[in-house]
Amino acid sequence: MTRKMIKDHPILNFEHEKKKVVKFTFDGREMEGFEGEPIAAALHSNGVQVYRITPKHERTRGFFCAIGKCSSCFMIVDGVPNVRTCVTALEAGMKVETQTGMGILKPEK
Amino acid sequence: MKTTEILVVGGGPAGLSAAIEAASLGCDVVLMDSDLKLGGQLIKQTHKFFGSREEFAGTRGFEIGNLLFDEVEKYKKEGKLEIFSNTTVTGYYKEDGIVSYTIGEETYDLIKPQRIVMATGAQEKRIAFPNNDLPGVYGAGAVQTLMNVYGVAPGEKVLMIGAGNIGLIVSYQLMQAGVKVAGIVEAMPRIGGYWVHAAKIRRLGVPIYLQHTITEALGDKVIEGAVIQEIDNTFKLVGEPMKIDCDTICMAIGLTPTCELLWSAGCEMKFVPQLCGYVARRDAMMRTSHPDIWVAGDAAGIEEASAAMVEGRIAGLAAAASLKPEGCQMLKEKSTDYLKRLENLRAGETGAKIRCGLEQVCCECWG
Repeated sequence: MTRKMIKDHPILNFEHEKKKVVKFTFDGREMEGFEGEPIAAALHSNGVQVYRITPKHERTRGFFCAIGKCSSCFMIVDGVPNVRTCVTALEAGMKVETQTGMGILKPEK
Repeated sequence: MKTTEILVVGGGPAGLSAAIEAASLGCDVVLMDSDLKLGGQLIKQTHKFFGSREEFAGTRGFEIGNLLFDEVEKYKKEGKLEIFSNTTVTGYYKEDGIVSYTIGEETYDLIKPQRIVMATGAQEKRIAFPNNDLPGVYGAGAVQTLMNVYGVAPGEKVLMIGAGNIGLIVSYQLMQAGVKVAGIVEAMPRIGGYWVHAAKIRRLGVPIYLQHTITEALGDKVIEGAVIQEIDNTFKLVGEPMKIDCDTICMAIGLTPTCELLWSAGCEMKFVPQLCGYVARRDAMMRTSHPDIWVAGDAAGIEEASAAMVEGRIAGLAAAASLKPEGCQMLKEKSTDYLKRLENLRAGETGAKIRCGLEQVCCECWG
């Protein structure tokens, strides 16, 4: 699927063509994003809006504050839960997963 | 443990200005910001600023950000200024003045600064309505981040809640980005922001629903619409509910100062409605009741970026002068000009609310 990016803007020039495209996965599906952009922005442009399911009422949660303050966009990234995807930069090969519930910390090896 | 003369918390317009001034007096400065990119909300603004030449009138917000970055770069090269982005300051321990922070999600560390400028900015307020937690309900700042920093459209059709300056400006920015605006909902009987912004939006045919509120967001897993309804002067619902077709609801109902670190530090705090929340009491040089801590920008009371930059300059300069006696003369000379500029920014009818708020928290001098 092609990403929904803003291309023609009267004032801003995003220079998307100069950015490095990297592949990552969301719940096992392969997607493309720009290296260094927030994971949440990459997902949103790929049409993904639901980032986690709350522990108690099982409500869907997504993007909200975009400045790392509200906890709405917590996801599991490369096995680590509760990652603030709005302020975490996308890297090639990242494994991004919907977080259901509180998230479980794995003991360090 | 890492040490520094001055720590600036927050890399928005106030924090950047504070860091630049402190470095200009020869202090070693560390600036920490939680975001991936510096500039706070300033780099998301596409409109031209008002005011006078000193306040960059006629220059777009993100371009003002670039001017600050040039100054920052100069002091970085001189080795006076160290920048930590994607770094969240998580605590201030008043027993020993140590500050804790995390870089990204994994690295945790400590720093001991001699002086701190808190320029932590603000966070969005929310209002209660069914389904206000569904994905698709986004803060105005978040919408600006997506579309103006990263070039991602937040949705196809947006309902804006709030006709203050942020609601009006972001509505216009959405249309610049090619996104439809279904309407603007405002509880008050009049537009809160500047008429010039409102007029631009009305000319483009976007309805502004005054004395209306959102009663419900529609959707199962994500936003599929909204219901709005008229309210009377006592905010009671009147008339019939109206369904609005939209896939995004943008909340522009106001901000509140981010002040947790100021509380942790034991700064004297006061709730001031005109400044939109709890703020630290401070003197004219922005020093709080804690002798090592200064405050600037939205963290000191919600205002706009021009005032935040001047406050930042005052706070950075004053914090630096407290360590460098030779800087006191510079502080005296520059602060007279900076205080005059703040006075001009807060003059007239639009500044009345701010002036009233500041009267409640500003003290002569901590002595």
